Amino acid sequence: MANSNIVLHVADVHKRFGGLHALADIDLQVEEGKTHAIIGPNGAGKSTLLNVIIGKLAPSSGQVVFDGAILTGRKPYQINQLGIARVFQTPEIFSDLSVLHNVMIPAFAKRDGTFTLNMLRALDSETTIREEAEHMLEDVGMLNRRDMQAGSLSRGDKRRMELAMCLIQHPRLLLLDEPTAGMSRHDTNTTIELLKKIKSRGMTKVIIEHDMHVVFSLADKISVLAQGRIIADGTPDEVRGNPKVQEAYLGGAH
Amino acid sequence: MANFMSRNDLLLLLGFTVVVLTMPIWLTPFGAGYPDLLQRFMIFGIFAVGFNILFGLTGYLSFGHAAFFGVGSYAAVWSFKLLTLDAIPAMIFAVLISGLFALIIGFLSLRRSGIYFSILTLAFAQMSYNLAYSVLTPITNGETGLQLTLNDPRVLDAAIGQTFVGQPVPTLLGQQLGGYAGFYFCAGFLILSFFFAQRVAGSPFGMMLKSIKSNQTRMQFTGFNTRPYALSAFVISGMYAGLAGALLAVTDPLAGAERMQWTASGEVVLMTILGGVGTLVGPVIGAWIIKYFENILSALNDNILTQFWSFLPEGLAEIVVKVTSKFVGDGWHLTLGLVFVIIVIFLPGGIMEGVRRMAATARRSDPPGAKSHQHQPAE
Ligand SMILES: Nc1ncnc2c1ncn2[C@@H]1O[C@H](COP(=O)(O)OP(=O)(O)OP(=O)(O)O)[C@@H](O)[C@H]1O
Ligand SMILES: [Mg+2]
Repeated sequence: MANSNIVLHVADVHKRFGGLHALADIDLQVEEGKTHAIIGPNGAGKSTLLNVIIGKLAPSSGQVVFDGAILTGRKPYQINQLGIARVFQTPEIFSDLSVLHNVMIPAFAKRDGTFTLNMLRALDSETTIREEAEHMLEDVGMLNRRDMQAGSLSRGDKRRMELAMCLIQHPRLLLLDEPTAGMSRHDTNTTIELLKKIKSRGMTKVIIEHDMHVVFSLADKISVLAQGRIIADGTPDEVRGNPKVQEAYLGGAH
Repeated sequence: MANFMSRNDLLLLLGFTVVVLTMPIWLTPFGAGYPDLLQRFMIFGIFAVGFNILFGLTGYLSFGHAAFFGVGSYAAVWSFKLLTLDAIPAMIFAVLISGLFALIIGFLSLRRSGIYFSILTLAFAQMSYNLAYSVLTPITNGETGLQLTLNDPRVLDAAIGQTFVGQPVPTLLGQQLGGYAGFYFCAGFLILSFFFAQRVAGSPFGMMLKSIKSNQTRMQFTGFNTRPYALSAFVISGMYAGLAGALLAVTDPLAGAERMQWTASGEVVLMTILGGVGTLVGPVIGAWIIKYFENILSALNDNILTQFWSFLPEGLAEIVVKVTSKFVGDGWHLTLGLVFVIIVIFLPGGIMEGVRRMAATARRSDPPGAKSHQHQPAE
């Protein structure tokens, strides 16, 4: 067992919402630099799992360990500062601000930490961060929209912008909750290329995706979640051939 | 200089300075060119500019900022009584004390957001108001209000052997701050306040405040601890309120608890919304308009109204006088409420939105060729 390069370990996590057992006995290990896909039918608990990892929800029991640090009990902003960024299922963006500012803000968190009183410096003089943000926007193919108000973007563009907001922080672990939902086939392919490019830089990713084309072009490992349990786990080929998975998910949905 | 301030900001600051300093001239035809009212324009302008740093940028709506205004007044009068009649130490003292006060109230209130935050600030302000009337009478002099007297110690003045004849008045380096001197003193602070607010709004810190208003959850998942940001904005706006309160004590050295009442807290909310929340100039304009109409309408009485409506047939004139008299004098708040309702319904962005809309209409009616942007620009 090459346990040494496990960067994220979700250990025996349970999450209950009243009577609903949304996550049951989840044990998930993600290797450094790998892309780990989580698939499963609607309501399986995929987003809930990410919510537990980033501290939006506290697990009912169990804990999450990231690179030796226990995340459970930490605040979301502390967890982010450890190097974890997330793209949400419904875009979480600053709708009233420009696209450029949306991408600059996370860069400030990375550079200046959780809080700084930099109120006498002019935003216009932050050229390094602005250029970095423009560069990031170019990477996701959105530089021409830099001055638009983020709220007026299309759904697919909001997602790409949110991806840029995460990537500018150079996180060690990137969590993606259906990053290509609402995108055209062309934009989906650009996003896949982009995510492959980041992979070559060694970023670890956990990706939730319904689009099997995306899953099989990116994932090194796949975990299948159904009704809060991991029912299968393995390489894409292993999972594809697993009859339980066929039944619970692949067969039904596609 | 290029990075210090953008050209637009600099022009705005210059324009604002000119408008403020020439107010005694251009307000005379409106019957408002006298020092007493002009001073109030400056003071409440400062109050509103500061309030907007909290409400306009972070979206946290405080219903208790009059508490800091009142604390500023009390602190300034105490400085006049104990230290010196010079205004500068009083201002510094007032800003520090109100900042400290805002730190405590803000720290407690910011444990909640939305309506619960507003209620908490309101509750703390009403508590301060009641304390000023009751338990704290030794500090506030209760209902009578805190005043200057001939036998105040004024240790600093005494130390340099300065004595006064007659009723003590605040000074600046020996110069009395009544009348136009008082106005220019306040105007200087309004311009400084405006400049500082501009810097805050145009800084990375200001951008963080705006993003808290836009999506606080995203801020937290982006690695920001949002509470100290909101608290800083709260303290800064509390200090602005204290500064305004101190200036009111400079121009009229009497501090009373009614300055801390919830109606006074509500007034600065109205000023900000009326002018335009989140804009730099809007809150100042809102403050000016409210103070102007307060001045005019509250001075009207039945006699003046009877004269005004005398061209109407007798029976009708009586009815009209009766109805309109409810909206003037002490009832001027009714007019204010009415105007406010109309603004919020038809022009939620306040007067500044009205100005923007008119500018947009004017641009649209321009001959084609001046094609506007395809994309909707931000902010
Ligand atoms: N905060 C919450 N309170 C109560 N129930 C919740 C909460 N969050 C999720 N649930 C429930 O937990 C279950 C799992 O939801 P989750 O959003 O994790 O599913 P998912 O796998 O992401 O589904 P989808 O593919 O539709 O996004 C659902 O039944 C959902 O209704
Ligand atoms: Mg989901």
